[in-house]
Amino acid sequence: MNGIHDMGGLHGFGPVQIDPDEPVFVTRWGSRIFCMTQVIDRLGVWNLDEHRHEIELMRAQDYLEWGYYGRWMFAMERILDRRNILTTAEINRRVDELSAGLKHLTPPANPGRNWPLKEEDKVPWGAWRKEAQVMPQFSRGQQVRVRNIHPPGHTRVTSYTRGKVGVVHRVDAQAWVFPDTRAHYRGENLQPVYNVRFSAQTLWGEEHAEANSFIYIDLSENHLEAVGASI
Amino acid sequence: MSHDHKIQKAWQALRTEAIESLLNEIGVLDSAEVDQVVQHYEEKVGPRTGARVVAKAWVDPSFRQRLLADGLEACAELGIGGPETESLHVLENTPTVHNVVVCTLCSCYPWPILGLPPVWYKSSAYRSRLVREPRTVLREMGLTLSDEVEIRVWDSVSEIRYLVLPERPPGTNSLSEAELAELVSRDAMIGVARLPAHVSEGA
Repeated sequence: MNGIHDMGGLHGFGPVQIDPDEPVFVTRWGSRIFCMTQVIDRLGVWNLDEHRHEIELMRAQDYLEWGYYGRWMFAMERILDRRNILTTAEINRRVDELSAGLKHLTPPANPGRNWPLKEEDKVPWGAWRKEAQVMPQFSRGQQVRVRNIHPPGHTRVTSYTRGKVGVVHRVDAQAWVFPDTRAHYRGENLQPVYNVRFSAQTLWGEEHAEANSFIYIDLSENHLEAVGASI
Repeated sequence: MSHDHKIQKAWQALRTEAIESLLNEIGVLDSAEVDQVVQHYEEKVGPRTGARVVAKAWVDPSFRQRLLADGLEACAELGIGGPETESLHVLENTPTVHNVVVCTLCSCYPWPILGLPPVWYKSSAYRSRLVREPRTVLREMGLTLSDEVEIRVWDSVSEIRYLVLPERPPGTNSLSEAELAELVSRDAMIGVARLPAHVSEGA
């Protein structure tokens, strides 16, 4: 989807602000959200592409304002609610009770709760299926064009490369999950990943490209199409 | 502005407390496990991990070759690895080629090698600007490169991760591998800095 998360090339965000003394976690709540996510990652509740896409579905202003771990909190809550593991209603009630300083907190009560997960409902993790083989369609040195697609769902094709021609720099010929379909549970569609080199002029035009600069980006085979012969 | 900022943090802290307490009560997770993960990232993994890899590559040419061929397998020789990095490519800086890494779509980063990324790596400014104006961004961050140096920006949007292998600084011939590792900065392994020439303490 064409969302605020797809930031490559945007203007308007100002200088990069650096705090040389920042701790590993700037806030305690951020550390809890991140590390709870790490624990849940191992439980088969979601796949990583689905988790990323959930963040993309935030309202643009929330995406910019909630901060990095605020986005993770949003994704965690939404997926847990959708899976009927922990509902937003239960969270809202607990938030209200905590902010009112109540001594007795209402225990979670959801007779139909989907927990523990049944084995067959657990979602496999990881993005490289080592047991599978794929046959790359493109080779190193070949010119390729990034498909000009604008899917409304999850995709890892950045908008600034769409329709642009680059050269295959590296073929990662392993069986990689295709994020665009796995995020929506439409199959893993195992395929190679290609690292494609673009000149800055190709992407940003002669007038605004910086000198002697190149952008290398990883793209799934389904995001590419052939252009002419190998060079 | 700063007042709004505090309100926002308080709201998020409260909601996090609500979620964590409920997940404990339902039995989805145990906060003790979460504590262990926090401790892992605060104390056990970080840029010093990557610095060991870089120093080893500087002193051991055959390790360097293996590292450039398969980053993750070479790191495993040093007992380094973990979840969230399934493949690692190492990018070698030279006097004429400078590599720098970003993720424009989220904030992909080699956690088991470098720990968690700094806030600026995850910022809208870095993610939006580095691919379009790398020289300007690097200059603002303190690294001015002449136009003769080719800049390669790696937008790591797949599950393949990247680590920059900085050039070994001049003046380090007499240093041990452990001493060399002390010189390697996180920023040099992301590619927003180069390592300065080493001046020994006695000099």
